[in-house]
Amino acid sequence: MNVILYLIGASLILGGGGLAVFLWSLRSGQYEDLEGAANRILFDDED
Amino acid sequence: MRADGAHELSLAVDGLQCGACVWLIESVLAREPIVLQGRVNMTTRRLRLVWRGATEQAGTLVGLIERLGYRLIPFDPASLSAAEEETGRTLLRALAVAGFAAVNVMLMSIGIWAGEVGGLLHDMGPATRDLLHWVSALIAMPAIAYAGRPFFASAAAALRHGRTNMDVPISVGVILVTGMSLVQTMQGGAHTYFDSAITLLFFLLIGRFLDHRARGQARATAEQMLALRVADVAVLQADGSTRRRNQHSVAPDDRIIVGLGERIGVDGVVERGTSTLDASLVTGESLPVQAMPGTQVFAGTLNLGAALTVRAVATGSATLLAECVRLIEAAEARRSRFVVLADRVARRYAPAVHLAALLTFLWWFFIAGASAGEALLIACAVLIITCPCALALAVPVVQVIATSGLFRMGVLLKSATALERLDDVDTIVFDKTGTLTEPNLTLVRGSDFDEQALRVAASLAASSRHPLARSLLAAAGPVAAAEGVVEFPGEGLRAGDVWLGRNPSWPGLTRPSGADRVCVDGRVKPGHDDREGPELWLARPNHAPVRFKFEETLREDAAATVSRLRERGLEIHLLSGDRAASVARIATALGIDDWHAECSPVQKVAAIEALVSAGRTVLMVGDGLNDSPSLAAATVSASPATAADVSQTVADVVFQGSRLGPVAIVLATARRARTVMRQNLALSIGYNMLMVPLAVAGLVTPWLAAAAMSSSSLLVMANSFRLHGRRT
Repeated sequence: MNVILYLIGASLILGGGGLAVFLWSLRSGQYEDLEGAANRILFDDED
Repeated sequence: MRADGAHELSLAVDGLQCGACVWLIESVLAREPIVLQGRVNMTTRRLRLVWRGATEQAGTLVGLIERLGYRLIPFDPASLSAAEEETGRTLLRALAVAGFAAVNVMLMSIGIWAGEVGGLLHDMGPATRDLLHWVSALIAMPAIAYAGRPFFASAAAALRHGRTNMDVPISVGVILVTGMSLVQTMQGGAHTYFDSAITLLFFLLIGRFLDHRARGQARATAEQMLALRVADVAVLQADGSTRRRNQHSVAPDDRIIVGLGERIGVDGVVERGTSTLDASLVTGESLPVQAMPGTQVFAGTLNLGAALTVRAVATGSATLLAECVRLIEAAEARRSRFVVLADRVARRYAPAVHLAALLTFLWWFFIAGASAGEALLIACAVLIITCPCALALAVPVVQVIATSGLFRMGVLLKSATALERLDDVDTIVFDKTGTLTEPNLTLVRGSDFDEQALRVAASLAASSRHPLARSLLAAAGPVAAAEGVVEFPGEGLRAGDVWLGRNPSWPGLTRPSGADRVCVDGRVKPGHDDREGPELWLARPNHAPVRFKFEETLREDAAATVSRLRERGLEIHLLSGDRAASVARIATALGIDDWHAECSPVQKVAAIEALVSAGRTVLMVGDGLNDSPSLAAATVSASPATAADVSQTVADVVFQGSRLGPVAIVLATARRARTVMRQNLALSIGYNMLMVPLAVAGLVTPWLAAAAMSSSSLLVMANSFRLHGRRT
């Protein structure tokens, strides 16, 4: 049953990674303009 | 100015429609070599501009955008609800942490429960179970400490003031249950409730975050509308030149030039010039009033005539604005604090729940002979079961759905409790000018003129910014502008030998008769406004002068809305600062029996407070500065988006567009929302009635608690969404 220790550890690391990415995206302002982001995909890049 | 030598500016963008506008603005800015960043936020309609070089370059850049047809208004991002945004971000972070912890703890718990039910796969040894409990504890406890802060802080604040709110039972429940589960874990016991505690917080945070977002959006939009109206004023410099300045940076004794068709930006005294002013937004007076040197004028007044020089006075105690602000404060102090439905329930619910848990503990410990640990365990199960998860979701989820539904229809609910206060409304008091009527005057159709005369007049009017000229143009439809039109400010327009003005002949022929400038000893004589309404004359060679009369018109759906409201059993009153004749005309047209004219702001407040103290729940709908104190005095208040700044700030509801219908819609929505809220409360209390006896009897296990709690929360949310489906 020792395998459960690895599994718990692995699930926590994966989950924690997801949480960290979410907090990072929040901090970098990716949630500040949800409406604009949907439209931005239609813009042509100039360069 | 930033540390790296670049400059930064935040601007509100007016006229932003779609993604293409964003693209246009950004690509124009990107072509400028000095611009480091120009990014439009479409949700908040703001442009953030960062550039290198001189500060003065800002003007060039702003000019580029304005040439595209957008208006840009600088604002101070720090002053605009920075605290609000921070709260939103804190809630979202807490929500993320709680969600992460809830999922992981639930994974452990399912393992434990599977083992408990009798070994679906293998029997689980106590050592494995303890391990899973410890891991749960290590995940859940820091997460609860972090994600629970919004609730703990609010509960502590309520308790400090000797009150209880919904957060008190939540906090007590969560803290007690977590502590008890920790003790169980340390003793190697079987019953821990970490999963319930953290899931509870997760659900509650969802409700709170949605609530915050919906209201924050409405409030931000309302603020934005006001920010867009901040106009700059032309300040006269010592050398005789003028400079445009923001109206908030005007100092007392500055001289301000107010052109034709411009709104006076500050309170002041007329120093030079004679003109007519439209003060409908300030005093509710629908007819223009005369202004001459010495006349006191108020910010928000529209200049209909010649340019005026106004000396700004300090916003001291003497101005109308200051008086209104004083009245607002007094009215708000007198108004009894409204207690939110959820808090009213919580006030009775929290003590009952805590008493039940205590009695359960005492019964098991003293009478049933259980050990202290076992008795505490059962008491905690009671707390978990009664923890008002569904109860705390019952009201906010409905509010979010109703608020966002109204928001899409252009109705901004600014106050959190407005929806509940609106439901009880049995009396509506309307203001007349600008509320029941259109903000602009319209042409009276009649036998006075023929279509041909109207077209000639409109071709002259096309080149003027005067409000009456614009109304004339609007009535005539598309007309080619006449050439060579000369405007005589305050008098009229001339093209060749055709004249359109406030007198039947143009000033070059005869001097104005002065018929409507009745002055005695330099003061406006009372009764100068016994005309029926403002008018324009068209004079052409070989034609008799033609008169165009203007009057205020009802909003297009005013009659329909008022009769719809009356059918619902609401009592309609009309309180106006305007003259009796105009008020009587409107009241008769709408069939309102109960009307009062020539009310001062103080009288309006008194009338409203009399209604309130007679036990009525009053909705006040008004737009003028003179209405603002009565808006504050009423139980709940609404303003059109064209209202004076102060009124919009005071009002609980701001509706956009030119129709009055939103008033009826908002009342109907409030009524439906209140019904769903009551159903939700009944559902969650019903669930408690069902589960509490089981918990008291000691029959509730952790998995049953978690399942029951989640399902009741989901049930309440599902019921709330019915409001969305039935929206008209």
